Amino acid sequence: MATEPANPEADASATAPSAACIKFDQVVKRFGSNTVLDHLDFSVDRGERVTLIGPSGSGKTTILRLLMTLEKVNDGVIWVDDEPFSHMRTPGGQLRPANEKHLSAIRRKIGMVFQQFNLFPNMRVLQNITEAPIHVLGQDRAKAEARARELLEMVGLGDRADAHPSQLSGGQQQRVAIARALAMDPEILLLDEVTSALDPELVADVLNVLRDVARETDITMLIVTHEMQFARDVSHRVLMFDHGRIVESGPPDQIFGNPTEERTQRFLRAVLEER
Amino acid sequence: MDTFFHQLDLVLPRFWSGVWLTVEATLLGGALAFVLSFVLGLMLRSETLVLRGLARFVVEFFRGTSIFVQLFFLFYALPGLGFQLAPLFCGVLAFGLNYGAYGAEIVRGSINSIPAPQWEAGVALNMTAGQRMRRVILPQAWARMIPQFTNLLIQLLKDTPLLSLILMADVTYVMQQVRQASGNSIAAYGLVLLVYLVLAYLLTLIMNLLEMQAKAKLGEGRGVRGLFTARTAPGGAGSPGGEGVVGP
Repeated sequence: MATEPANPEADASATAPSAACIKFDQVVKRFGSNTVLDHLDFSVDRGERVTLIGPSGSGKTTILRLLMTLEKVNDGVIWVDDEPFSHMRTPGGQLRPANEKHLSAIRRKIGMVFQQFNLFPNMRVLQNITEAPIHVLGQDRAKAEARARELLEMVGLGDRADAHPSQLSGGQQQRVAIARALAMDPEILLLDEVTSALDPELVADVLNVLRDVARETDITMLIVTHEMQFARDVSHRVLMFDHGRIVESGPPDQIFGNPTEERTQRFLRAVLEER
Repeated sequence: MDTFFHQLDLVLPRFWSGVWLTVEATLLGGALAFVLSFVLGLMLRSETLVLRGLARFVVEFFRGTSIFVQLFFLFYALPGLGFQLAPLFCGVLAFGLNYGAYGAEIVRGSINSIPAPQWEAGVALNMTAGQRMRRVILPQAWARMIPQFTNLLIQLLKDTPLLSLILMADVTYVMQQVRQASGNSIAAYGLVLLVYLVLAYLLTLIMNLLEMQAKAKLGEGRGVRGLFTARTAPGGAGSPGGEGVVGP
């Protein structure tokens, strides 16, 4: 690390607060001998919606899983709200790998929606949504249920509160999963290929719900998707990934309309042909 | 045949107390095995090496040594070390430890069979490790454990004649006396077979009800109540798949 040229942004954030809500500082993630993220630097501002695109295996999903603490970094530091996330400060001001208590405190700010929905099959729809607000946040049951019903209305499933997840279509399950994540009032929402497991005709409902969320809230969003029109509609910024590095970054109009990097052009061509 | 019924009539109170002992040993042994299954099964998944190692040792020891010898050891060898245990206590202990060792693997395997994304969804909702286990994983794993527990319970029932080795008069032991007194082996052993069949079937029925209930909680099947209600309400909460795809 010491021999690498200093990254001025990362140094600044280590001492002074910045606008960045999420910051990756020289993050390395390896699975065995496969380096998925290679000294990755990037940051996301509060309220910003950033879409990660790129070929599969380029490390996009790993970034979300690192933020959700489902994976651990091999090197580098992740910052959330100017707090070291993957690490914690010792009394001496140094950083060491985070323990569960520290992770839990920062994880509190983050919600995630998964490709495979991952609803709890042993709970009905309403309880899927109220479970964590009641048992993790300690909310009053009546309040949690009222809020859950509001969220179900919002995602267009107000009449399915008593259904089992197995009685819902994939698109309906995913909308419940979105409601479940929102019920925790996250500051940051991670969307991991949320429409990839859905039949094509069910995709639109899920994306429309997410467009509503984007329009009506100021939740910071990190989105991994292959739905380029959706990315264009909701993101402030698009990051093109390849081999664990950011190849190109910019506003959606630029990335989709006038990409400068050959790798981005090739990727977008391939995605459009696939449609 | 007359001698058989005469002899059976003579021992009828002992016959029923033999049946009761068989039931008692099965239920108490099963209860101990059930508790040990969870304690040992969860310890087998512990990240702490000492806990995991201890559970592994207990499981391998009781799976790897004969229940026959264990009973002898508990009843005839332990007194030599100064521990005199009541016969029923010995039996329940041996059955509980043995079947608990097998049950531990069922608990461990069923928990491991729940897909990792269920744990991850719990992490994403910031549930503690205990909450994830208790409220998400175990209710799902439980439905997968029950049929395997049923098998163990019935095997335990069929092991209870071993109690006669430690001088307890279970139903098999009583009927052996009837056989000797009456000389009618077919009637005596036929009746014992029938007793075990009825008991095993009762246990199976009870366990099947538990399984139906556990599956109903996962939205599979109609549950125990479904047995008593007519299938006249398609689209009710209990009908899977009927109203799956509803686009707004």
